[in-house]
Amino acid sequence: MNQVDARGYSCPEPVLMTKNALKNGTPLVVLVDNETPLQNVRRFAANNGYQVTWKEVGEDYELTITK
Amino acid sequence: MSGLPKTADPNLLVGYDSSDDAAVYKVSDDVAMIQTVDFFPPVVDDPYTFGQIAATNALSDVYAMGGQPTLAMNLLAFPSCLPVEAVGDILAGGASKVVEAGAVIAGGHSIEDQEPKYGLCVTGLVHPSRILTNSGAKEGDILVLTKPLGTGILSTAAKAELLEEKAYKQMVELMTTLNKYAAQAVGPIALSACTDVTGFGLVGHVKEMAEGCGSTIELWAGKIPIVPKALELARDGIIPAGAYRNMDFTANDTLEDSAVPREVLDCLYDPQTAGGLLLSVPEGKLQELLTRLTDAGVPAAAVGAVVSRREKLVHIKP
Repeated sequence: MNQVDARGYSCPEPVLMTKNALKNGTPLVVLVDNETPLQNVRRFAANNGYQVTWKEVGEDYELTITK
Repeated sequence: MSGLPKTADPNLLVGYDSSDDAAVYKVSDDVAMIQTVDFFPPVVDDPYTFGQIAATNALSDVYAMGGQPTLAMNLLAFPSCLPVEAVGDILAGGASKVVEAGAVIAGGHSIEDQEPKYGLCVTGLVHPSRILTNSGAKEGDILVLTKPLGTGILSTAAKAELLEEKAYKQMVELMTTLNKYAAQAVGPIALSACTDVTGFGLVGHVKEMAEGCGSTIELWAGKIPIVPKALELARDGIIPAGAYRNMDFTANDTLEDSAVPREVLDCLYDPQTAGGLLLSVPEGKLQELLTRLTDAGVPAAAVGAVVSRREKLVHIKP
């Protein structure tokens, strides 16, 4: 599965990494480690025609982006 | 700051217990001294431009209190690996804005640090009867904002080189425009309150203004000037962490109407660097104020109103 580990990166890097990885198609799983990239990746995906779900995994967040 | 002892000096007219923009100390019946300090790490790569932005931001607090800057001291931290020319450029950029403000630089202090930081300690003067605070707003007042929002989002994009030259220039223009021109244009109009829009974002500063006067403030989202590029970036999730902190900080006191688009809300929480003044003016003086500001080239807009206290301090309407 297409996956991006954006933990440890600060904004706007996680969004740019997500945008880049989406070129390889969906579903895409994105890992982030705080709420700012969680919200930013959600906004990016939702406003660019994707569906997003997310869940907490330990202290991190896992987003799943589908078309 | 709540753990610090409060000093009881009758000449301290504005202190840190009122979350205002600067301290004000009465020197005589005719003169009060405004004192403020602000510094931060680079928001742009170019050292001269960074110096200008940091100085514009530091000087702003004096204008927000109704005063005129008179004296400034540099605060500088820089790594030894940074070329000495860059240090000179930062200071020259800052000095250019101090001169434009009509003040003088009288020295300063520098230390070595891993990350560069620059700003100013500024002293200004104001007649004690002309002091403006962020707590004097009155029901029936209209709020006027003197710069469009979006610099936090734009500088986040600039760090990742996502801004084309035109948007970058517009961002720099906003962050290097002194609030001097807006303050001067106010002229004889008696404002009820004033603050400058900086790190807490528009909603954060409006919340403090509402708290200070005990009324609710309505914001008219559709009337608030926002840089179009910032709205576009917000839709793409290029939003700084500070904007989310501002949302958390104001969440319990804010009512957001569901008709306000998410990207507009995001910009209302966006932390501003060297943002505009937020003026609270009696409605009867609004037109005169807007005319004076527009004639001075200040892009001012009426963005909200002070209304009777409701459950929430801030109500964001479409």
